[in-house]
Amino acid sequence: MHHIFYLLLRRLRTPIILLITVYGISMAGLTLIPGQDDQGQVWHMDFFHAFYFVSFMGTTIGFGEIPYAFTPSQRLWVTFTLYATVLAWLYSIGTIFSLLQQPNVKRLLKSNRFGGRVNRISHPFYIVCGYGVTGKRIVNQLATHGIQTVVIDLSSNIIDELEADELSLSIPYLCEDAANPSVLDLAGISKDLCIGVLALTIDDHANLAIAINSKLVKPKRLVISRAQSKSTAANLESFGTDLIIDPFETFADHMGLILQEPYKHILHNLIVNPKHNVWMTPHQNTKGRWVVCGYRRMGKALHAMFNQYNIPVTFIEIDIDRHDAPKGTIYGTGAEAKTLFEAGIENAVGIIAGTPDDADNLSIIITAREINPNLVTIARQNKRANKPVFKAAEVNIIMESGRIIANEIYMLLRTPLLSDFFRLVREQDETWTRDLIVRISDYIKHSEIDAWTISINSEECIAAYDAIVGDFPIKISHLYDDPHNRDTVLPAIPLLIKRGKTISLLPQAAILLKVGDQILFCGEKSTQDTMRWATNNHNVMRYIKTGRIEPDGLVWRWLHERRRQHKEKT
Amino acid sequence: MNTEKVIFAFFIVLALTLNFSFFLGDIDNPDHHNVYGLFGAILVSIIATVMKLGDRTHVGAILIATSLVADLQLIFAAMLWGAATHVFDTGMTPALMASIVSLSAGAFLANLTSVVLLIVEAITLRH
Repeated sequence: MHHIFYLLLRRLRTPIILLITVYGISMAGLTLIPGQDDQGQVWHMDFFHAFYFVSFMGTTIGFGEIPYAFTPSQRLWVTFTLYATVLAWLYSIGTIFSLLQQPNVKRLLKSNRFGGRVNRISHPFYIVCGYGVTGKRIVNQLATHGIQTVVIDLSSNIIDELEADELSLSIPYLCEDAANPSVLDLAGISKDLCIGVLALTIDDHANLAIAINSKLVKPKRLVISRAQSKSTAANLESFGTDLIIDPFETFADHMGLILQEPYKHILHNLIVNPKHNVWMTPHQNTKGRWVVCGYRRMGKALHAMFNQYNIPVTFIEIDIDRHDAPKGTIYGTGAEAKTLFEAGIENAVGIIAGTPDDADNLSIIITAREINPNLVTIARQNKRANKPVFKAAEVNIIMESGRIIANEIYMLLRTPLLSDFFRLVREQDETWTRDLIVRISDYIKHSEIDAWTISINSEECIAAYDAIVGDFPIKISHLYDDPHNRDTVLPAIPLLIKRGKTISLLPQAAILLKVGDQILFCGEKSTQDTMRWATNNHNVMRYIKTGRIEPDGLVWRWLHERRRQHKEKT
Repeated sequence: MNTEKVIFAFFIVLALTLNFSFFLGDIDNPDHHNVYGLFGAILVSIIATVMKLGDRTHVGAILIATSLVADLQLIFAAMLWGAATHVFDTGMTPALMASIVSLSAGAFLANLTSVVLLIVEAITLRH
């Protein structure tokens, strides 16, 4: 990148040499041409005055003819040098400005500024490549939790958007191709503070390049990538990418949950996406045949899911041969009533409009609902700008791939244990899940739900750690006792405990903690801060343990001890 | 033949020779040191510096440094001359003249270093 800086200096050579030459000639001329002083004597201007005169003449300030009025021959010379110096200045300034306006110089200045901002980051940060729907959501969510990110995107429009988004942290951003290793280096990929790289561009190849680059620089660092095709996903997996997200697979997976195990879907939504309202009660009938419009990447993923659960499904696709649609697929877009009738919409339970065109999807939903008002409707939203239209159409589920990916990634970044939790929940049955939901809703009534991990170590909760090391047994219940009144508990539920490699769900309150344990809690958002305060403050921890409030500080402790001894004597 | 190198060599050698011709003579005798000699030396020396701007080579960087030293010494000499004739009450004295000439002698050394570096570069680059 720095070659542009040298190029800039090289281009400045000509204007500067021109200026020096013009100044030199002008000054030499002024000292050589004889003038007259106030007594009429012949007088030669010296270099000091010549430099002074040319300086104010060249900059068109013009203090007049000093120190004595000029003779006609001097004036003739000055007339010539006046134009020469002014033109030389104009040319030089013009060159400088045109150089600064050059796109590559501007880019250099921007990337220099970006590099400087990245260098000044003093906290752990993530590199986010691609500021689309997904990137934007993740950066926003991380920023609200005070986690620093660095953003790279190819499109300058999107980067402008980031500038306009008022985030609580200042996010360094750069408009460059993230697949370029030098750009990633500038973004701090080789720094120890960089704790993760998210490859979220729409270009699979770029994502691949970013992931490889990161794994080569630091093999153990977290890399999350989005993949549009199976081959890319396999490639990413081959060199150890930590999480590969295919939005359509993820969506099909969620659909499977909704249809087969609605309580698990509710639990997932409750914790991962607390603002999201659950669209469907578990009592709503989803048993029956579904109609899916569009058999492409999303259709294929859904097809596998429907097959897995043995749910009958009819596909509608306009290009049956190219996308290798299964037998019985109806030809058409699905936006016409005739096609929908052919697909048997009148006796289906639900419809999924999954074409890559938003207008088509809306039209499909509206037409289908006119024919069969009881349908469960699910629409794929491709463009962010179309959100209000989809909301107005009152679709039961809007499937926006960017949001799905963002939620998955955010869950992993925020609390890695949450992924373990949901993996284990999958193995439980629906009654277990329903009981847990009831328990959560008993504790947490009003506010937003959040999930967090408490790790028993000297860095994250020093008070609890010291108590355990100091042979005072700490139970899990101690962690969520209310520090203001230890007879009540905080609105939080321990979801999972991880000790070494063993993970167990819903640990009992009486379990004794050991150093190195990690406990996943879910509860009201504000509870997290209270809990972190209690586990890091020795006085609060002591109160929770013993119920006593003891004085702090050496003097007070000494006085307290004396008084106690005094009492014992009497 | 590289035109840029020829022009640069011309200026750097010219800076050396002009400086030498100014410097030659009794150190404290103003009659032996022409003001135009100093003027020319400054001008050529600054131009030689600017011509090396943006040079990424190692030798180029050292050449910038040496010619900047020469510029600095010569400009100080010129400022001292201007101050001696116009600002100080004493006017030009042999002591001041000696200072000016010794400053230019320092610049002469710097110019000499530049020329030596130029020659070294020319020799090492020979194929």
